[in-house]
Amino acid sequence: MTPVLQLKGITKRFPGVLANDHIDLTLNEGEILALLGENGAGKSTLMNILYGLYQPDEGEIYVRGQKITVHSPLDAIRAGIGMVHQHFMLIPVFTVTENVMLGAETVRMGDFLDREKTAQRIREISERYHLEVDPYAYVRDLPVGVQQRVEIIKLLFREADILIFDEPTAVLTPQEADELFVIMRELVKQGKSIIFITHKLREVLEISDRIMVIRRGKVVGETTPAEADKAKLAEMMVGRTVRLEVEKEIAKAGEVVLEVRDLVVADAQKQITVDGVSFDVRAGEILGVAGVQGNGQTELVEAVTGLRHPISGTIRLLGEDVTHATPRKITELGCAHVPEDRQRDGLVLTFPVSDNIALCTYYKPPFARGIRIQEQEILKTAEKLIQDFDIRTPGPLVNVGNLSGGNQQKVIVAREFSRPIRLLVASQPTRGLDVGSIEYIHKRIVEKRDEGCAVLLVSSELDEIMELSDRIAVMYRGKIVAIVPAEQATKNYIGLLMAGVSPEQAGAPQVGERVVESTL
Amino acid sequence: MSENKPKQDAGKVFLEEVTGQSEEAQRIKGWRKTGRTLVVPLLAIFTGLVFGAIFIVVTSEDVYAAFRVSFGSGMATVWKTIIQSYQALFTGALGDPARIISALQSGNPLEIRRAVNPILESLVNATPYIFAGLAVALGFRSGLFNIGVEGQLFIGAAAATAVGIFVKGLPQIIHAPLAFLAGALGGALWGFIPGWLKAKTGAHEVINTIMMNWIAFRLTEWLLSGPLTRPGSGGLPISPIIEKSAEIPQFFPPPIRFHLGFFIALAFAYAVHWLLFKTTWGFDLRTVGANPNAAKYAGMNITKNIVLAMTLSGALAGMAGANQILAVNRSMALGLSPGYGFDSIALALLGNSTPMGVVLASLLFGALRNGATRMELLYIPNDIISIIQALILAFVAAPAIIRTIYRIRVPKEAEEAVFTGSWGGGNK
Repeated sequence: MTPVLQLKGITKRFPGVLANDHIDLTLNEGEILALLGENGAGKSTLMNILYGLYQPDEGEIYVRGQKITVHSPLDAIRAGIGMVHQHFMLIPVFTVTENVMLGAETVRMGDFLDREKTAQRIREISERYHLEVDPYAYVRDLPVGVQQRVEIIKLLFREADILIFDEPTAVLTPQEADELFVIMRELVKQGKSIIFITHKLREVLEISDRIMVIRRGKVVGETTPAEADKAKLAEMMVGRTVRLEVEKEIAKAGEVVLEVRDLVVADAQKQITVDGVSFDVRAGEILGVAGVQGNGQTELVEAVTGLRHPISGTIRLLGEDVTHATPRKITELGCAHVPEDRQRDGLVLTFPVSDNIALCTYYKPPFARGIRIQEQEILKTAEKLIQDFDIRTPGPLVNVGNLSGGNQQKVIVAREFSRPIRLLVASQPTRGLDVGSIEYIHKRIVEKRDEGCAVLLVSSELDEIMELSDRIAVMYRGKIVAIVPAEQATKNYIGLLMAGVSPEQAGAPQVGERVVESTL
Repeated sequence: MSENKPKQDAGKVFLEEVTGQSEEAQRIKGWRKTGRTLVVPLLAIFTGLVFGAIFIVVTSEDVYAAFRVSFGSGMATVWKTIIQSYQALFTGALGDPARIISALQSGNPLEIRRAVNPILESLVNATPYIFAGLAVALGFRSGLFNIGVEGQLFIGAAAATAVGIFVKGLPQIIHAPLAFLAGALGGALWGFIPGWLKAKTGAHEVINTIMMNWIAFRLTEWLLSGPLTRPGSGGLPISPIIEKSAEIPQFFPPPIRFHLGFFIALAFAYAVHWLLFKTTWGFDLRTVGANPNAAKYAGMNITKNIVLAMTLSGALAGMAGANQILAVNRSMALGLSPGYGFDSIALALLGNSTPMGVVLASLLFGALRNGATRMELLYIPNDIISIIQALILAFVAAPAIIRTIYRIRVPKEAEEAVFTGSWGGGNK
């Protein structure tokens, strides 16, 4: 049988980078092919070529045996290729129907839009593929998972039968991701073919029929979920053995570094989001703050790092009262901060890597003498840190906005970890990163702990918290409901606390019950 | 990842357009890069002149008359008009090459000076543009849109005039710098106020600087008909002539007006470059401009930097005004500025908000303005030059037009940068 889609020898060069190096790919009818690779491996470039957003330098594309050229997404759609982007291409103030018909409007009596006809088709499609959605709902009112369904319906409406999903689960909750997988299975059952781009191993093993791994622009192997396991896939992806679990010794907790007492913080809307929180973080331990996003973790971190003024309570860093100190004062006392939103707070995207490396200490020797910036010193340091922290960039003068997410995060980590610090505040340090980067950053955090640094780790990934923390504080609606030593914490128990179940009802955790799953 | 990016206001997006891409070009040296950054502005100038020619032709009475005779003579007149106009523009701006050569051969210093005077006069014209353009560029780099340069320029001029008139008995070496400094301080004050309002209350600098402009205009009107009025001017809003000692010296006897202010402007261009790109203060300003959140995270004082940026920007604008008074006009009148402050926004844009770019753009504008005077002798309205300037700017502001006309490919890095932002490697 002719494959639905065949790519032959696709090559794409960007200045300084060979993004795709003679990639061959075959997609059969009714299968889910997972395209697995680290950030920056070339998956997205390949798919953008297929979707007509880039032109390949070499190579050919065949759809059902027919050679095609794709100059624009329009060509791709005509050839039956559709893409669900990671960031949705929907207009929030339009209804589902209007969004679906946009660019493929059905009309009656000349130029009048025929919404009803489109809505009818949407209903048919919804029923056939179990994509429940109200055609007349406004997109802005829909949850993210349903918005994604609208994207899928858009493609089916245009009769695409090769569907590309670009990191579709990145924006979904675990439940929504499960629902998506059900939909994907339904789609292939009815003869559609799917390319599923991801770097999450668990999902690949769960959903795909075949797995193709790309590394540094090359296909490095093909396998099936039956033959592979996480460790093997991770190894193929990264090119070396990856330790999926963090190795660490028992913490040797020292003196109290960070002391927070009865802290009350309000958010930008003046709502109290941190409501009387007290805890200590000691030198040489990792205190993990678990909790569903939006339970006050963001404001807690901002208060500790001086970015937000608390309403009441005290924060002491190494014995000094820093409740109302400026961020710079807190930094100078030895606090490093890996912020939750790296692009918003942690980096200046239009500045080169080197200036971002110097962002927090640019005003001090060796980076400055008086008010004179020492460009050479900054460059030298940047070059060294690019080596040490394995930041993939063509050079220190490339704008940080041009790097992949994982490498952007490495720039922050390099900057924050490379100066002498006593407290590390890491907020969602591995959000959106691939296996290699997660492993790397986890290792570095544990290293810092072992050097005697106090670590406050905030993450909405429970697995990450379970893996790294020595003690786990669970936040729910602005309060810390419990602080549990890691060896007594089970995923189930912490999960219940996160969901708002009181510690008594959740039941005391059983020692020895601890089962840690990898984050990946 | 769902991105909760703060909603960007249009001004911000514009500022990123203006300053965003140049960072790399700033740093990466080599002719290829320089060529790439220059290619669009140069083609924009060329295209602006081509389109300008159309306007010259369609507004020319001669051309219509000739077409009434015959198509052939019409076309001939079209060519003649265009060539004559641009010849006038060129010789008006840069002098007549033949005359310069023969003057050099004759060795007569007076004749040489007269021959090269158009060039010198272009530099005189460029000087206020440099100061004012630097003011806007410094604001852009710091994330601020200073539309108040015109008002700051007027206040600066008034302050310089006051010191030039009322302070007496000082030697020139002290009096002239003092008057210039007064101009800078006047402008600085006029920039400080909207800066302070923005930092403390969040009031948008665009609105406030526009309002400050109106206050400045009315204030100078009052000053020129009140405390600063020239005795016996018969109610004309014009100031007395400043003391000799307050003058910024001109190098040659009249009518050549070329003066020291031009070199002061160049020195300030270098100073702004140094401040922005070589000092910690500049690092602060640029970071606050590029990403205030990251600036706060990095421990910078946003309030202080906004106020500082507006104050410095105002000071540079004030210098533009002081320069015109002390070096060129020697007294203050309401017609002091033909819109330097507003043209400077365009200049900063044309110069990609770099001091070097501002200097080059100012030289161009100075030359065009100067050449326009000569074109007027051919009954070509001065406004044609404004149209040409506007066209050049439109093409610079919308490089896609130039790229389409000349089929220039978008630089690959830019292409990649755009796409990794929105489609590709995602995973923010």
